[in-house]
Amino acid sequence: MKSKKFLSLLVLIIVNILNINYSYSIQPDVFIQSTVNRTSEALKNKSTKEQKIEELKVIASETVDIRGIGLYALGSYKKDITKDQKQKYHLLFEQYFLKSFASRLAEYSNPKIEVKSKKKLNKNYTMVESVLIATEKRPEIKIDWRVYTKDPNNLMIRDLIIEGLSLARTQKEEFSSIIESNNGDINFLFKNLKEFSNK
Amino acid sequence: MNKILITALISFMLALNVSAGTDGESNLSKKPEDVKDCFESFNRATFSLNQGLDKVIFKPIAKGYRKLPSPIRAGTSNVLVNFSTLITVPNNILQGEFKTAGVNTGRFAINTTLGILGIFNVAKKMGFSEYEKEDYGQTLGAWGVGEGCYLVLPVLGPSTVRDTTGSFVNILGGDPWYNASTHGNNEYLTKSDYIATKVLSGIDFRAKNLDSFSNLEKNSMDFYAAVRSLYLQDRQKKIANSKTITNTQDDSDWEEIETK
Repeated sequence: MKSKKFLSLLVLIIVNILNINYSYSIQPDVFIQSTVNRTSEALKNKSTKEQKIEELKVIASETVDIRGIGLYALGSYKKDITKDQKQKYHLLFEQYFLKSFASRLAEYSNPKIEVKSKKKLNKNYTMVESVLIATEKRPEIKIDWRVYTKDPNNLMIRDLIIEGLSLARTQKEEFSSIIESNNGDINFLFKNLKEFSNK
Repeated sequence: MNKILITALISFMLALNVSAGTDGESNLSKKPEDVKDCFESFNRATFSLNQGLDKVIFKPIAKGYRKLPSPIRAGTSNVLVNFSTLITVPNNILQGEFKTAGVNTGRFAINTTLGILGIFNVAKKMGFSEYEKEDYGQTLGAWGVGEGCYLVLPVLGPSTVRDTTGSFVNILGGDPWYNASTHGNNEYLTKSDYIATKVLSGIDFRAKNLDSFSNLEKNSMDFYAAVRSLYLQDRQKKIANSKTITNTQDDSDWEEIETK
């Protein structure tokens, strides 16, 4: 009798744990649609460009894996740098990324993005397909989002692929070009990142 | 004489290209960063020249063009796309895409007649599938010829040895519009008509990308490298002829990214 009670209690606890996990996890397509809606609201409601930029930075910090993108953009150089350099890089990259991301988006007034479908690539990544609805000035644009799903309770965006062109890959090749044209010295990349953020 | 020179140049470029492309790796599995920038100093100088020309000539013209009423721009763009079908169809055939070649021929016939030279995209309204441009560079890529080195051409912009070779095919008889206007022996068309359509295509393209180009330039630390990456990614996507994004993205580099 006692063991039956204990078993029921155990089942109840397990069900509750599963339920809690379920209630906190969100599907990648829903995550992207809600992020897009949030961004759209920020662009629509904030009056000044500076206010828009600040709000966009907050959204990016919460939904984009800036650290992960930074490591990807460093390519093979990430294996050669010291712990101190890595720390410095993460700090500089975050400042650079937020500035670049926010100023790119702040140009738009009210972009309408519709999530169409999703495709699970593996346990770590899902690609969410969406379209930026056409306006009189520009045609419809396909935007795909690489979502990092390793922790289902904390989904993060790792890449944006616009009409088949990956922004993270472009960033990686840009960084690699800067380092290579300065004899492989990563400090030149740091200098460039700093200059960009301060401009 | 000109033809002999061009043929010799193509053979030379292809010979160079074959040795650059045969490294035992499938062409589509390559990443843009694997394409060598053998002439980087020359390319960067040409890129700067092109940026100067763009600032003084092309950008102001494109801005002016964008002020034209939207129906005029749309009609012009439609006519230019319609002309491009003349190059797309032979390339569909060369790539073994016979059904697509048939669809594109039908599209061209309908838009040229009912759509008045292509001003109106009647075929689209009739339910024809979305049009995808093809060129001889893409066909060479589909046949397995490697990109060769990256090139920046004066005025024309980013290219590769393979894509430049492909462009030469147009003036060696591969472009029916070039043949009709230049060697057509008729009183209605001249070489300047061909040049006019090419210039207009360039202006139309620049006008459509005014905002995205200036946004990219403003947010790039090495604009040359960013444009090179985007051009090579775009060509790889077009050669893959895949509408599924997951088929054109390389995942291997992402797998090792662990931040925790």
